[in-house]
Amino acid sequence: MTRLPGERLDRRPAAAGAPADRADPADAAPLVGVLALQGDVLEHTRALRAVGVRPLPVRSVADLEAVDGLVLPGGESTAISRALGRAGLDEPLARRIADGLPVLGTCAGLILLSDELVEDDALPRPGGIAVRTRRNAYGPQTASFDVRVEVAGLDGGPMDVAFIRAPRIEAVLGDAVDVLAEVDGAPVAVQQGARIGLAFHPEVTGDLRLHARLADLVRRRTGR
Amino acid sequence: MSAASNGHGPITGSDRVKRGLADMLKGGVIMDVIDPEQARIAEEAGAVAVMALERVPADIRREGGVARMSDPEMIESIVEAVSIPVMAKARIGHMVEAQVLEHLGVDYIDESEVLTPADEANHIDKQPFTVPFVCGATNLGEALRRISEGAAMIRSKGEAGTGNVVEATRHMRAITGGVRRLTQLDPSELHAAAKDLAAPYDLVAEVAELGRLPVVLFTAGGIATPADAAMMMQLGADGVFVGSGIFKSGDPVKRGRAIVEATTHFADPEVVARVSRGLGEAMVGIEIDTIPAEQRYAGRGW
Repeated sequence: MTRLPGERLDRRPAAAGAPADRADPADAAPLVGVLALQGDVLEHTRALRAVGVRPLPVRSVADLEAVDGLVLPGGESTAISRALGRAGLDEPLARRIADGLPVLGTCAGLILLSDELVEDDALPRPGGIAVRTRRNAYGPQTASFDVRVEVAGLDGGPMDVAFIRAPRIEAVLGDAVDVLAEVDGAPVAVQQGARIGLAFHPEVTGDLRLHARLADLVRRRTGR
Repeated sequence: MSAASNGHGPITGSDRVKRGLADMLKGGVIMDVIDPEQARIAEEAGAVAVMALERVPADIRREGGVARMSDPEMIESIVEAVSIPVMAKARIGHMVEAQVLEHLGVDYIDESEVLTPADEANHIDKQPFTVPFVCGATNLGEALRRISEGAAMIRSKGEAGTGNVVEATRHMRAITGGVRRLTQLDPSELHAAAKDLAAPYDLVAEVAELGRLPVVLFTAGGIATPADAAMMMQLGADGVFVGSGIFKSGDPVKRGRAIVEATTHFADPEVVARVSRGLGEAMVGIEIDTIPAEQRYAGRGW
């Protein structure tokens, strides 16, 4: 298997006492992809494994067709968008999302899931959540922040999350979208059917309750 | 910014947020650019960030003299031109250049050996800054010293401006090999390892546990072709800096895009072969042995 950027440099599996980056997943568990063209793929892969599903880095159409759910990770949305087109994944991805594939997008992933973008609306992306989003809305990196945020329907108190050159949802465009959380009056977590979009990075801080929600959506759809 | 609902208010400048941006750049290519037009070409090619500087390393090498932080006007024009993160270089040890760059709102500062060092003994104390830093390293001990000073990202130094990947290979192998050796040590041996590495024990123990650096590791210095980039990724880089290699080549648009694709699909020779076709002239390379020792950048810093 190809090393994911950020993964351990010693590839010997199960080296004595070493924490495994690739614990063996249960064979019967649903297969959930992480779009692996650029960004924090590794963090999402670990998060999925921790919530009991089998992660698969998705780089090709064959990978995409194999999965029961998908994470669109954090990263640079322009770079991921271009890589989607060059890998021939753009149309297949849009089709699978339109067909109801459960999907979780964080930060750049939210941008790719947004039906409208302020200023950058020409950026090729699948869409799927009826929101209007502004890329990099909080300013330069010095404005990136950690914060705790209350998310609707999650037990266990507020989530500890990071906003990193984050996008901001400026408008919700339809009744189909549920706003799960807000910061400063702007939605930062939204859900439309089986699609969840987050302006922040729970995978960076390790609060995996929304990954668990994705896994539940996948299990409900696959019956596994 | 007011407090969020039901929790602590926003906190800027934490290690998590500084290292987090580098995490988002993983698997990507960061390109040196000298004007807004090149910056837009880089963004269009799929770069995850640009490095704004007045002269690419190949020109600094050719022209000589003292190389300093770029003109703020030029940096601002690049920040204006693109939506991806913009990095800029400060001289080693020059804390005021770094303060200026932070004030300008760059997203990352490269404390870079490509510029002429301002302090031959001390690097910048990077912890107090809100903006994150990337620093070069030739081996594991050097990488850990930079992280101890507050670097939120490391790049192997290579030898910038040469178009010759051999030094990048040497430094990547030194860093990743050093990491692998630590993972094999008995915990009682880590104190002596810290002494030998001239690095803080806590970081040495953390690396032994993690099996990698505690921050993202990119590679730099001599990457000129898609195959060079893919090779560095196979050697354990989390992403690639390309300096002179793109805009000193015959067809920067095509080459930039090809290097991005090869970095994304670094384990797939079919992709690397496809994107390597018909790229035109690569930048002219320089044999390392022909560069006098005092003109090699990798030895700057400690």
